Amino acid sequence: MKALQEKARELLAAKTVQVVIGYGRGSGGTARAVFIREAAQAGLLVFDGSCLQNLAVYLMKPEVRKLGKAALVARPATLRTILQLAAENQITENSLLALVPSGEEIVLLATFAAIEAHVAAQDNDLSAAEKEELQKFAAMGLEERRQFWQEQFSRCLKCYACRAACPLCYCTRCTVECNQPQWIPVPAHDLGNLEWNVMRAMHLAGRCVNCGDCSRACPVGIPLYLLNQKLISDVFTNFNSRSGIFAKSDNALSTFKPNDSEDFIR
Amino acid sequence: METDKRSIEREALAKLVSQWLSQGKRVLAPKHSGDKVDFAWVTTLDEVSFGHVQTVQSPKAALFPRVDELFSFRSADGRVEISERDLGALPETVVFGLRPCDAAAFAVLKAIFNWDSPDSLFSARMARTTLVSVACSRDDEYCFCTSMGGGPGAVTGSDILLTDMGQGSFLAEIVSAKGREAAMAAGPLFGPATSAEKESRLARVDAVFAPDAVTAPMARLFDDTAFWEEQSRRCLGCGACAYVCPTCACFDIQDEGGVSGKRLRCWDSCGFGLFTLHTSGHNPRPLQSQRWRQRLMHKFAYMPERQGVLGCVGCGRCSRACPVDMNILEHLRAVAEARP
Repeated sequence: MKALQEKARELLAAKTVQVVIGYGRGSGGTARAVFIREAAQAGLLVFDGSCLQNLAVYLMKPEVRKLGKAALVARPATLRTILQLAAENQITENSLLALVPSGEEIVLLATFAAIEAHVAAQDNDLSAAEKEELQKFAAMGLEERRQFWQEQFSRCLKCYACRAACPLCYCTRCTVECNQPQWIPVPAHDLGNLEWNVMRAMHLAGRCVNCGDCSRACPVGIPLYLLNQKLISDVFTNFNSRSGIFAKSDNALSTFKPNDSEDFIR
Repeated sequence: METDKRSIEREALAKLVSQWLSQGKRVLAPKHSGDKVDFAWVTTLDEVSFGHVQTVQSPKAALFPRVDELFSFRSADGRVEISERDLGALPETVVFGLRPCDAAAFAVLKAIFNWDSPDSLFSARMARTTLVSVACSRDDEYCFCTSMGGGPGAVTGSDILLTDMGQGSFLAEIVSAKGREAAMAAGPLFGPATSAEKESRLARVDAVFAPDAVTAPMARLFDDTAFWEEQSRRCLGCGACAYVCPTCACFDIQDEGGVSGKRLRCWDSCGFGLFTLHTSGHNPRPLQSQRWRQRLMHKFAYMPERQGVLGCVGCGRCSRACPVDMNILEHLRAVAEARP
């Protein structure tokens, strides 16, 4: 924590960055995002097991962008998000630095290449527990699975906290907000909720970096991560592709290749 | 407020719930669901949670469901036929186990839905709804009812207020005619109050400020862009706060179907960018800081001015539900402490 505060102080004092986006103390023993703009406030930064939010979500927020170059306190999934946003041409290399707490040290990653090298050395696969949970779902019958999701989605309020918390749901106009034509029903009834939740997950297929913020954001506790992890697993199996690994890459589900093995697409 | 004080035992309360159900009433009550407690339709008292501090969502959906059919329409031979809802067919409802802050919130909803022209659907539901609250024996750091004029044992808004006196016995304060009716149906289930001293059974929620301390600086703060940007920087612009709020009542109208279909009223939130987006593409509130300002202004400036009520009861749900820990109590304290 000392090293993090010291590094933030140094970067702000030298004007290397204009803002350090990190974690500070929140309510009820949680951590919350803080935007440190003065070296004197660097003491507010904390880093521990309660620091869960993927702070890369703020790289896409206009009010945060206008503050200038940012140093972002990054967890493993945050680094993958940075690379994925870069691959989707949403951020430029000179707009940020990543600060990675590693034991007592802070690793400063100043380029996309440095982030790629760091990510290559970390485990980016689903965890054993996550894989096991997916297996359980795979073992369920279709009807059982349908019932499970119907019950889960019936509680969806369509507050869109999952969308807001996701750093890769950055569209300024989401499909649910288009009404000429209306693709997805607006009301939070069974059909509207099913279509919204399936669409959300599918738009992230091959893009989601498994940070888990959608599920953490959901006020009614729908396990959205299951859908995302299933798609991560399927995209890896079918296309040997993982998101958030390279700053330049093509998304598996939105790239056309003339030599595609499937006939229907040619 | 002078109330009719009785007592009721837990077993009698279970019978009361069964009686309501057998009379055809629906009972909405807090229920455990995973690691959360939320309102659900229940069929026995055993399903009802008592020990929690607060539910995730408010009980407002009993009167203002997240999707509500206003009327249906059918178009044929160049004419459109409208079929109104049969308000007489709306079910009788008991909201059970809501907190005193939630009961107070229904008065706020009533003020909103009857502000300019009375909302017949909401009012018909309200007329068929009885509020049987349970006083708070616990609180948490998000609770601030006493700063909004309420209290953990406040009777205002409830038809009956129950206070757990220990050993399976509840003090029942019968507040309104509707409460008397709901209790009368049960007749012998209620006994005389053995002790009306409930203070020692209640959570102690200290007032942080008086409501005026928040409402007074609002108008002056409107143009303080830096203040609102600072306050809202981590806000992500979702609708979680509005949707769990017991007093947020903004809605969007959607037509479903083609030549025949339904007109639906759906929850909406001022936190969304789309909320004020005009057809022209202009948005009077393009930034999240302006939307956050609107959220607080509406509750603490516009509603006191227009409806004569505060738009907040201090239940703390928005703070608990916020994915990025926008703790409203802190933000109100910042308003109260803002210097010109």
